[in-house]
Amino acid sequence: MKDFPYSESKDTRSGFGAGLLELGRTNPNVVALCADLVGSLKMGDFIKEFPERFFQVGIAEANMIGLAAGMTIGGKIPFTGTFANFSTGRVYDQIRQSVAYSHKNVKICASHAGLTLGEDGATHQILEDVGMMKMLPNMTVINPCDYNQTKAATMAIADYEGPVYLRFGRPVVPNFTPADQKFEIGKAVMLNEGKDVTIIATGHLVWKAILAGKLLEAQGIDAEIINIHTIKPLDTEAILASVSKTRCVVTAEEHQFNGGLGESVARLLAQTMPLPQELVGVDDSFGESGTPEQLMEKYGLNEQSIVAAVQRVLARK
Amino acid sequence: MNPFNYDTEQLLHVAHQVRRDIVRMVHAVNSGHPGGSLGCTEFLVALYFRQMTHKPEFDMNGIGEDLFFLSNGHISPVWYSTLARAGYFDPKELATFRKLNSRLQGHPATEEQLPGIRIASGSLGQGPSVAIGAAQVKKLNGDDKLVYVLTGDGELEEGQVWEAAMYAAHHKVDNFIWTVDYNGQQIDGPVDAVMSLGNLRAKFEAFGWKVLNCDNGNNFASLIPVLDEAKSLTGQGQPICILMNTQMGYGVDFMMGSHKWHGVAPNDAQLEQALVQLKETLNDY
Repeated sequence: MKDFPYSESKDTRSGFGAGLLELGRTNPNVVALCADLVGSLKMGDFIKEFPERFFQVGIAEANMIGLAAGMTIGGKIPFTGTFANFSTGRVYDQIRQSVAYSHKNVKICASHAGLTLGEDGATHQILEDVGMMKMLPNMTVINPCDYNQTKAATMAIADYEGPVYLRFGRPVVPNFTPADQKFEIGKAVMLNEGKDVTIIATGHLVWKAILAGKLLEAQGIDAEIINIHTIKPLDTEAILASVSKTRCVVTAEEHQFNGGLGESVARLLAQTMPLPQELVGVDDSFGESGTPEQLMEKYGLNEQSIVAAVQRVLARK
Repeated sequence: MNPFNYDTEQLLHVAHQVRRDIVRMVHAVNSGHPGGSLGCTEFLVALYFRQMTHKPEFDMNGIGEDLFFLSNGHISPVWYSTLARAGYFDPKELATFRKLNSRLQGHPATEEQLPGIRIASGSLGQGPSVAIGAAQVKKLNGDDKLVYVLTGDGELEEGQVWEAAMYAAHHKVDNFIWTVDYNGQQIDGPVDAVMSLGNLRAKFEAFGWKVLNCDNGNNFASLIPVLDEAKSLTGQGQPICILMNTQMGYGVDFMMGSHKWHGVAPNDAQLEQALVQLKETLNDY
């Protein structure tokens, strides 16, 4: 099992803030909008340097999505910022009609996704957003795993023409992705080659998958670990190449089973290469208040859950 | 500069044909929304044939052009006819309205790339937000042209429009003219019976808007001075709202003034009865 050294832990939302600032300096068409969560979204540096390209919307997310769609007309590339819950469920119809159906070049940037938002509880812990967004035609769905990857993703989506949902979070997590790693939309990152089982993880579960890989190694199990940062379009080639070798797969994500990455992988396998799959995710339930660590343990989203899923899938192989 | 710059007589000439197009389009597919379309004919014709600087050689970004957004997308027939008659596409294509594989979807869309359409609309209340965003980008781009949006009055029951109203005043989006088709009717009946809007003028004024009233949006002599005044008031730090009184179904006697023709197509006999009231001026498609 490869080592994944890192010098510090950082939050993915700060990777977004850093990427946005960099974009401000390199791409004059980038503009940003926020619905009263500038600090949470780490947009402060961009606003300080480019005040004329920032639009405070207040607590009015529906208006924000519409404004962003309109700002593409005239050639701007709007990045909207709010919590994942208010970026998706609250404004689904606005995204559907004014952004996705209308092919608008809007980047919907969503922080505090999933259980790791923590103590605020289930009203804010959205676990359905990936499903809602991936169902929309024309929409690209990205969930990077750490600071460096979120920064790189933020910059990469500005160069892509079309609607994007970029999902990131609140907690600090090991920042192990090399700072110079190119972010390619729709291209999986092979983290560790192995022969016994494929673990496909996205977002915060990528680091958990690495921890699980080490635990499995101690049990003599050689896991292949893939970081799927782009959930749609899915890198089917990378997944099929891996699973055709290992003959079984575990998916892991901070999201409901319904509508998540695991479902996308299951559909791919069912249609091309039916092989055993186990899923790590949330089973048709809302979250609750607690620390991120407590919640990830209670809802079965940590390295032990991945190890258990691997053991189940190996038994079915 | 408007590419036509028509006088009132010429505008009337176009409006007659647009009305014929509307009733023929909805009759042909036995669906669509004639009432609001007929009521907004003068407004659309005035914008495209007199008021707006625009290019029928359509460009999505519309730099250097005035832009129009239709938020109440169900009155697509009047917009499609006006665009076709202004040269955005061949009027013959109006015959495909609401049919399979057509660019003229039931509600306006960009998916099929119909010239003149910049955003999908139909799910109500979203147009003002979109149009305000486009207006702010005009300012960022140093483009001194204007952005227009049309909403229904029943549409103002959607909360998003008030988010947009608050935003435009706060951000001083003063290159923006929002017209409300104030016909007092919606699908389930009179607006006052369904969900009354109260003192609409006072509401917009309280949100920080400059509000103009148009007594009769179905009369060019009443409408054009208001549109001219609205334009003259832009650039003064306030967004502009026009409350435009119209009659749903205007121009076809048995459709006028009632919500009953909001979304119902005429049958064969009713079509004939309508067409005898509407002069063919630019050749039927």
